[in-house]
Amino acid sequence: MKKLRNRQTGKPANNGPAPLCSHSLRDVENHYCAGCGHGIIHRLVCEAIDELSIRERVIGVAPVGCAVIAYDYWDFDVTEAAHGRTPAVATGIKRVRPNNIVFTYQGDGDLAAIGTAEIIHAANRGENITVVFVNNGVYGMTGGQMAPTTLAGQKTATTIHGRSLRREGYPLKILEMLSVLPGTKYAERVAVNSAHEVLRAKRAILKAFKMQMEGKGFSIVEVLSMCPTYWGMTPIQAADRIKNEVATFYPLGVIKSC
Amino acid sequence: MAKIKVNKSRCKGCYLCVVNCPNGLIKIDKDLNIKGIKAVYYSGTRCTGCGMCALICPDGAIKVIK
Repeated sequence: MKKLRNRQTGKPANNGPAPLCSHSLRDVENHYCAGCGHGIIHRLVCEAIDELSIRERVIGVAPVGCAVIAYDYWDFDVTEAAHGRTPAVATGIKRVRPNNIVFTYQGDGDLAAIGTAEIIHAANRGENITVVFVNNGVYGMTGGQMAPTTLAGQKTATTIHGRSLRREGYPLKILEMLSVLPGTKYAERVAVNSAHEVLRAKRAILKAFKMQMEGKGFSIVEVLSMCPTYWGMTPIQAADRIKNEVATFYPLGVIKSC
Repeated sequence: MAKIKVNKSRCKGCYLCVVNCPNGLIKIDKDLNIKGIKAVYYSGTRCTGCGMCALICPDGAIKVIK
């Protein structure tokens, strides 16, 4: 295996390649907060790409949100899209270059709020793309405001007394919504709160890429991630919250597979 | 016997590895790292090389040598 080099200094990585680190993941430090799930999910996407040996023909579409500079960490072709329009950009790329593997990486503010129309129509058209949907229940980049997926009673910057169902409505279950569309071929919800769940998440992302390579159609993986900073918790408490609160409202497992 | 190597300068101090190690072999350091955070270190000799710490680490700071 080729030794990884630090892109900024050009020197071999001082600690060698990280354990499960891959060629697709650059050996640089990320900008995420301590305990953020993005770092784990970035690595899982890269590992899936390396296991399938598709690094040369994969094209990622980065979102607007905390993961906006994901292209600094991924060593394959990545483009940027306007807020929420990631599935539309991915549709265009996939139709022009059908031999490339196209995936989008989106947060809940991007996919479930401003980009609801794009994701529903991309799924309904049955576009042969893969979507990695990171759901942490808040807008992390802009300061922890309420997202459509924020749980009832959760305190955020815009719901200081907790989300009220009467005023703000119910949390949006995007995967259940998309699974009723015939264009959606694979929908699974996973989490990254513990090492066992991370393994399951990796399997799900791998399966979603395989579905696209087989030409089956639209595949989406929702990853329940933690945002310790805007949940006002320590990373360990945030991981426990996913298990005890978030996963009870958003049940884990395969929602649809065909 | 497996071994864990921690890149202390990359550790951000989330301590998810500490709770995910089934044998409790990862401990919190007393000194601060370059970021001013108490990084983790590997203590002990009983590592089985399950790789749970490396799987959960969001910053790629842990390497398991088998």
